[in-house]
Amino acid sequence: MDPKLDLLYRLADDQLILGHRNSEWNGLGPILEEDIAFSSMAQDKLGHSLQLYGLLHELGEAEPDTVAFTRNAPQFHCCQLVELPIGEYDFSLTRHFLFDHAELLRFQALADSSYEPLAQVARKLRGELKYHALHANTWMKRLGTATDEAIERMQAALNFTLPYALGIFEKTDAEAEIISSGLFIGEDELQSRWLESITKVLGQTALTLPDLATATPVFGGRHGQHTEHLQPLLDEMAEVFRLDPTADW
Amino acid sequence: MYGSASTHDLPSTAPTGLENEDPILLAEFEARIARGEKIEPGDWMPALYRKQLTRMIEQHAHSEIIGSLPEGTWITRAPGFRRKMAQMAKVQDEVGHAQLLYSAAETLGKTREQMLVDLINGKSKYSNVFNYPTPTWADSNVISWLIDAGAIVNQLANAKGSYGPYCRALDRICAEEAFHLKYGHDAVVHMATGTPIQRKMMQEALNRWWPAIMTFFGPSDKMSVHTEILMRWKVKMASNDECRNQFLDMYVPKIWEIGLTLPDANLRKNEETGQWEFTEPDWEDFKRVINGDGPCNAERLAVRRAAEENGAWVRRALSAGKTHQYVRPLA
Repeated sequence: MDPKLDLLYRLADDQLILGHRNSEWNGLGPILEEDIAFSSMAQDKLGHSLQLYGLLHELGEAEPDTVAFTRNAPQFHCCQLVELPIGEYDFSLTRHFLFDHAELLRFQALADSSYEPLAQVARKLRGELKYHALHANTWMKRLGTATDEAIERMQAALNFTLPYALGIFEKTDAEAEIISSGLFIGEDELQSRWLESITKVLGQTALTLPDLATATPVFGGRHGQHTEHLQPLLDEMAEVFRLDPTADW
Repeated sequence: MYGSASTHDLPSTAPTGLENEDPILLAEFEARIARGEKIEPGDWMPALYRKQLTRMIEQHAHSEIIGSLPEGTWITRAPGFRRKMAQMAKVQDEVGHAQLLYSAAETLGKTREQMLVDLINGKSKYSNVFNYPTPTWADSNVISWLIDAGAIVNQLANAKGSYGPYCRALDRICAEEAFHLKYGHDAVVHMATGTPIQRKMMQEALNRWWPAIMTFFGPSDKMSVHTEILMRWKVKMASNDECRNQFLDMYVPKIWEIGLTLPDANLRKNEETGQWEFTEPDWEDFKRVINGDGPCNAERLAVRRAAEENGAWVRRALSAGKTHQYVRPLA
């Protein structure tokens, strides 16, 4: 696949699917303020994915609605982390923390992309992602230093989620060209910045980052291999859209 | 979203307890309200006023969070980016309204936690319309347009009430509801003027929701219990029938205008009286549903209960080491 398309599909699909998952917190948050916060982040992520699908459309791909609402799981390039069900708040918060640190650093780097339309979008998005990371940090510090119960739950969630989070940095065949053409700094460099960033926050909590050397990254998503959770999510998302594909909703 | 279709009216037989209040303070309180002044959290107020307002604001707050569930289930299924993002923002607003309202109710002395406990135990009520199902996307659109429209009629009246924190919260809520109304109307118009599948879906949803919409403002005034004190204290601001008539006046023509029909052959405006005539809603069914035996009561409360139970550890962590704090109203 063309390196630009390869990169954009990964970025857009991650944002769409996590945005969709975050929106499932409606009515279920541990406090109302978190219902509202997760909804705000979900709206941002949907908006981000729309902008990125817009760039894809400019490069000759189908309309954003068609791309988002009519593909099946094997055609998606998101990492498996974002497609997992929301579970309980400890998992969703941990996923949000691990993902949005990577996302903030990714879009900060993309602001200098050689592909100017993407650089422009990145310069806008990084400002919003800063607040997503800030939200995650606030809650990780709060719960990661609170009761024994909260610390235990957050530690278990971190242990479970980390291998999936490493899957964010799965490379594709286009990786070398993406780096050499100046499109993006590459996944290895991003992972190294991410590790530094999350380690700094976790250092202010009673939580311990599991040993990365012994963790097995969950790869496959970038190559269209997904968990059993993605296709039902897509079926649900397209349920109304597919009722009448000719309709203007 | 809220209607009078709950149980905050004062039973005529209930003791008011007014004989135990200081007559001078009570007279000053009533004079302030008569002059149009707002009552604020630290001000003296009769126990009955505090109790009725707490109940009313609490029920309103519950209606917002329970009301976010039937529309919320359509966020993940909304067709296309535009609708998906708007539906999220709309439902998020409703949860934000609950946040404002719980804060207003807390200024009267009851904690949010206690209110939520009373909700899931069935002790507190919420707007009865949310005990009905939303089987299609069109049902969700009907709520966004017409239930929110009804809520605005009700809330604009209550915003002129006497309790400061509630009135200010309602001013902010009504401003947002006005956007919901536009969103809902736009979605309904798209469906009602769309493909045959869309038009059929919308008409069926409207037929399903119309009986519930007709009960949204609560029982007819002629069946209502005595509310004279609540009216004098500006706790209850408009009669159920007045609100219903105003709603019909504003929205029935708009519904007919876009080619939809309403499932009541007797619905017409009497031009001489200015009043709408309609088939009397089934108030026995209304009572049965509001008392817990509707199609979705159990499901709605089960979702809320699960949310409370699953999130309890987070709230325990947040409150660790803290003592009770003064509650500052958000509005």
